[in-house]
Amino acid sequence: MTDAPPARTAHYVSREPWDPYIADRLTAEQEKFYMAGQWKLMWWRFRRHRPAVVSAVFLLLMYASTLISEWIAPYDLHTRHIRHIFAPPQSVHLFHEGELRAPFVYALKMQRDPDTLQRVYTEDLTKPQSLRFFCRGETYQFWGLVEGSFRFVCPPTEGTFFFLGTDRLGRDMFSRIVYAARISLTIGVIGIVLSFALALVLGGLAGYYGGWIDNVVQRVTEIIRSFPHLPLWLALSAALPVTWSPLLVYFGITLILALLDWPGLGRAVRSKLLALREEDYAVAAQLMGAKPSRIIGRHLLPGFMSHLIASATLSIPSMILAETALSFLGLGLRPPITSWGVLLNEATDINVVAVNWWLMLPVVPVILVILAYQFMGDGMRDAADPYA
Amino acid sequence: MLNYIARRVLLMIPTLFVISALVYVIVDLPPGDCVTSQIDELLSRGDPDALRRADELRSLYGLDQPLWQRYLEWVAGMFQWDFGLSCQDTVPVGDLIGERLMLTMVMEVSTIAFIWIVSFIIGVYAATHQYQAGDYIASFIGFVGLAVPNFLLALVLLYVGKVYFGLSIGGLMDPEYIDKPLSWGKVSSVMQHLIIPVIVIGTSGTAGMIRRLRANLLDELQKQYVVTGRAKGLPPMKLLIKYPLRHALNPFVADIGNLLPEVISGSVIVSVVLSLPTTGPMLLGALKTQDVNLAATFLLFVAVLTVIGTLISDLLLAALDPRIRLGATAEK
Repeated sequence: MTDAPPARTAHYVSREPWDPYIADRLTAEQEKFYMAGQWKLMWWRFRRHRPAVVSAVFLLLMYASTLISEWIAPYDLHTRHIRHIFAPPQSVHLFHEGELRAPFVYALKMQRDPDTLQRVYTEDLTKPQSLRFFCRGETYQFWGLVEGSFRFVCPPTEGTFFFLGTDRLGRDMFSRIVYAARISLTIGVIGIVLSFALALVLGGLAGYYGGWIDNVVQRVTEIIRSFPHLPLWLALSAALPVTWSPLLVYFGITLILALLDWPGLGRAVRSKLLALREEDYAVAAQLMGAKPSRIIGRHLLPGFMSHLIASATLSIPSMILAETALSFLGLGLRPPITSWGVLLNEATDINVVAVNWWLMLPVVPVILVILAYQFMGDGMRDAADPYA
Repeated sequence: MLNYIARRVLLMIPTLFVISALVYVIVDLPPGDCVTSQIDELLSRGDPDALRRADELRSLYGLDQPLWQRYLEWVAGMFQWDFGLSCQDTVPVGDLIGERLMLTMVMEVSTIAFIWIVSFIIGVYAATHQYQAGDYIASFIGFVGLAVPNFLLALVLLYVGKVYFGLSIGGLMDPEYIDKPLSWGKVSSVMQHLIIPVIVIGTSGTAGMIRRLRANLLDELQKQYVVTGRAKGLPPMKLLIKYPLRHALNPFVADIGNLLPEVISGSVIVSVVLSLPTTGPMLLGALKTQDVNLAATFLLFVAVLTVIGTLISDLLLAALDPRIRLGATAEK
């Protein structure tokens, strides 16, 4: 240690102002991530869930189609073709005698089977009939308000176009399925809105106030949950007066569906509220004199709203299925209101279905829509889960 | 434990009373009564006695009494297995429903057994073979079971049976056994006819159960005690059965409470489609003709079945799972 200390090295001092946070500065990407709000984060997480996105797009298209059912359907909901009862689906062809031409169908020829007296339809291969596109077809009342006749596809001028066959009154199945989507798709949504509202109010009261309100609501939910829904639905919809107009019956049925559906959501609301109202921020709000409605609505609900919406989405399919089942049994919606279940009501007799299989086709959209809701709901639930 | 059972049973009684009153009122709600349609028929035939006959019928069925009085009579009679008269063919409800109730119960119990067995096998397989072909097939079946309405499944089976095999699968026994006393032939005939309804009703329940069992078992399989067991060389089968499986089995017992209402709902609609001699079709008919006593009795029976089923599942759960048993006693 006898060495003299080394000569001072000329050392460099930066003149820049010192930035104490230099180490944990975020990249632009990270910044975007950390600054994003709750809903934006959920949206990003939802977008990663492929099947859910595909399902959401599919459902959007389905709902969009209900806005313009009149344009999509080649025929009206109630148009009867007396000469084409139980006609089989007419397929669209592109080649006539090996030649490419505009999409066309072959004319249908009907004969009676001499033994069974059943109608037998054959395609008349000599008579190709071109379909018309973006055309004027049968006139309709657009949403029952404006008269119009524009359609995307019209039957050939001389012939018919039954893409999915016809039913026992000669009504075009495809058009009926398109129109029925309006009822079937909205009934689940309206029903869930009603049930959501009931769950928020009753579950909220029970969870926030506790005491005897909680006790009563709890007992009621237990009774409803422990009872098989379908028989009760049947009994309730049998109780709808026959004199009601079909529209009133429609709302009656949605109300009935909601009445038995809310307990599940209500329980979720209650248990979350019970847990959250003990949190410091809720107590703080209370001490500052906020009213219960404000505490619940402004401070507590947003904390688990995303969860609620996800579980509500997951119970839409069961509503659609319930309506379909009720109408299938003949106790749900009544004609002239037409849902997929009402269409399926025609398919109850197996002997009819065995000959005219296309009467079962309305279940295809039912299955697709339910699967789509299921996937979308799963995606939403995953996205809403803060622990994922 | 005894205390717990007693409390649960006592709680059942008011629940059932509320349900019975509710059910009776709902069934009675529509305007008119079951006599109305019969009388309309007589009137349209120009029967001069129709109106007098209507009064006669009304007093026979007690329809001239107010609702609460009829309800009380119905409830009071119930303790002696007397559910009043059915409006359809003027027979005591008790005679009409006896065998149907039996067959319904047989069907429901076998459906639950089916759901258990199938979802146990598939669920365990799917969890132990995660992300392999079998797992994907299982979840595909699960989704189909959730999405396909079970009346459609019933229709398709009927259709396939009729078109491809020339069978009619309707009914629950061969025609020669109907209204015959119990015999071995009858039992085996019922068993054969049960297979299809049980599969149809059970599919949706099986789907949910497989998902739950798979999720539960997957959670358990990642825990450290499983890793320890595997590390010290326990045979895989023994390791699986001895510890994680037992943890994961809770939903099998706990879910009877949810499963039972679902199975009963399913059986109503499926038995209408397959025209089985169970409670479903008769309930539907009774509701349509406003046969109050018959419909209310069916609905109440269904409720009793569910409530008792839930009770049994809760008790079983407490008996099997020490966590719940000890938790229940600790609370008191």
